[in-house]
Amino acid sequence: MIEVLKSRILKGIVTRHIHPELARDIDSAGSELRFLVRKKFGRSLAIREVDTGSCGACESEIIASNNPIYDLQRFGVNFVASPRHADALLVTGPVSKNMLIALKKTYAAMPEPKFVITCGDCALNCGLFKDSYYVEGPVSSILPVMLHIPGCPPSPLAIIETLSGFLKKF
Amino acid sequence: MVGSEIISSIKRELPGFEALSIGEAYPDELTIRVRPQDFKDICLILHKNLASPVMLLFALDEREESGKFLLNCVFADLQNSRWITVSRDIQGESPEFDSLARNMYSASLFEREIWEMFGIKPKDNPDLRRLRLHDEVWPKGNYPLRKDFRKIPAGELSDYVFNRVEGEGIFEVPVGPVHAGIIGPGHFRFSVAGEPIINLEARLGFTHRGIEKLFEGKLCSEAVRLSESVSGDASFAHSLAFIQAQEKISGILIPKQAAYLRGIFLELERMYNHVNDIGGIALDAGFSFPSAYASIIKEAILQLNDRLTGDRYLRRVNAAGGVLTDIDEAGKKELRDSLKRIKQDFDELAKILNSSVSFMDRVDSTGVLKRKTAEDLGVSGLVARASGIPADLRKYFPGVYREANFEMITRQSGDVLARLNLRILEFAESCRLIEGFTARLKQGEKSMAASGIKGGSGLGYAEAWRGPVLYWLKINPDGLIARCKIADPSFLNWQGLAYAVLGNIIPDFPLCNKSFDLSYPGNDL
Repeated sequence: MIEVLKSRILKGIVTRHIHPELARDIDSAGSELRFLVRKKFGRSLAIREVDTGSCGACESEIIASNNPIYDLQRFGVNFVASPRHADALLVTGPVSKNMLIALKKTYAAMPEPKFVITCGDCALNCGLFKDSYYVEGPVSSILPVMLHIPGCPPSPLAIIETLSGFLKKF
Repeated sequence: MVGSEIISSIKRELPGFEALSIGEAYPDELTIRVRPQDFKDICLILHKNLASPVMLLFALDEREESGKFLLNCVFADLQNSRWITVSRDIQGESPEFDSLARNMYSASLFEREIWEMFGIKPKDNPDLRRLRLHDEVWPKGNYPLRKDFRKIPAGELSDYVFNRVEGEGIFEVPVGPVHAGIIGPGHFRFSVAGEPIINLEARLGFTHRGIEKLFEGKLCSEAVRLSESVSGDASFAHSLAFIQAQEKISGILIPKQAAYLRGIFLELERMYNHVNDIGGIALDAGFSFPSAYASIIKEAILQLNDRLTGDRYLRRVNAAGGVLTDIDEAGKKELRDSLKRIKQDFDELAKILNSSVSFMDRVDSTGVLKRKTAEDLGVSGLVARASGIPADLRKYFPGVYREANFEMITRQSGDVLARLNLRILEFAESCRLIEGFTARLKQGEKSMAASGIKGGSGLGYAEAWRGPVLYWLKINPDGLIARCKIADPSFLNWQGLAYAVLGNIIPDFPLCNKSFDLSYPGNDL
């Protein structure tokens, strides 16, 4: 362990490898986001994520937006384990018939006031799965959607930027 | 002819056997068309002789052409680098066939799939519950993969019945489909006696999107995008398996440069997922520092992917005839430099994990999947190798990996530690392979061959990071896809998880689960 600690100290900040331009973009979008979350949500915005039939790439990018490089949490956005703790519901994927009830129940379990965000092209218009026999429809045909984060999948930076752009008008 | 040995070995055990036809359209495929009454015996003989589980068992609806269904069972003959398909027809009216599941368990899930998707009944299969078309939302008697299926289902709904364990002090813990983390949906039903799990039933299919049906009637060039979205964390491997099936059928030979590039991208995909899982295993044991460190390494690989191809998940890279993105000299330097840093960081990550006694205590001998169980279930890929089964398509099939002296890694203990160590060793091997492939890239060399399209059928395959991804493809003469059967390793491996957790306590379930890290969308299709 002493070896590890030594190397940690010598190494300094491990996020140094990222491109300076990206670091700048994260910081500028992030500080705006932090300001807006502080002002409009009293310091923290809690999000519950539900996958209704995505391929998993959107999940991977949402998880990436929480890694130490982007670290969405430092801007006041938390991903929570229960819909009971959530202000917003983040839905990925077209809505598979099997997930319809689960999606509605998750939404119903959230306290008011609440809003729905969709993430990724499939959630917006079912994307490649539009003509499937087993797809119920886009999320907006089931729940009132207030914000869409475009992309297939949206990059972590796009997630941060879209969130902060939206909160500006909120 | 190599095919004749197989036939004579069958004849030794089944005197008087005559194949209806034997097809050797490609060097790595042998197709034996048999009489319906011989089908079961021959499958069982091949299963035993080749020591191969059922790799694929699937039906085709050919009632428009011949009035019949077709049933294909694919085995892997790893020693001879080829796939052996046994094929029979099934009458179009009230179709059924003798179930293989009682003699060969790995056929079991495939038979359930055939029953729900085609309405072809596997006679004598003890479990015909549906996997993906949930009883609560999809009425009985609607078989989507039949050609005459209409989009609006009709009929009555019913309920799914879970296996029940009964006895004093036994209680059930239902979990999901919506989980606490940012992860796909699935329902787990634990039966526990005190702390230890005595039964786990995973009910999946929540992300079913009808992908196999969506492939039908599409041009191959359109369908590539669909294959990339079957399982988002294995986009490249899925598109590779699909494209290789198409290239095989159409007789397209890809340039050497493209083969190396595909090797590089396939290994990059393996690396970012392996490091992600290593971090996940650490996190699920409550060790958050290495987990954060692993996520930085994963991000570094994703950003490298982005710089090399313009996509973090290596999408829109594969195309029939080769790859759309070449790596030039600057790219090579970028790749080498990044890889060096990534490797350094990764070695440190492995060191941190190995030097923590309490972490090792959590993973050692947790979630053991015994070799015999793994073989019976037909478990494949990384999970199989961790249980001592030497199976890796990269080793047994010719191509750039053979050239690079790929070294297959196996472990014997089958526990979380074995799967963790396998990932650590495979990560290092992937780095070595990428260095080798990069050195062979030549500047200005073509990475794309001219491509045409022909009709026919064939099997495409790739060893993704989880295990073998198989695409059996049939293309009509007009270039439209008639049938695409997909098998992600997750499909059979989910059952491996259900056995590995037995006797473990529920708090260790996340750890076992992460050490398998199976795909929900890849399983649900």
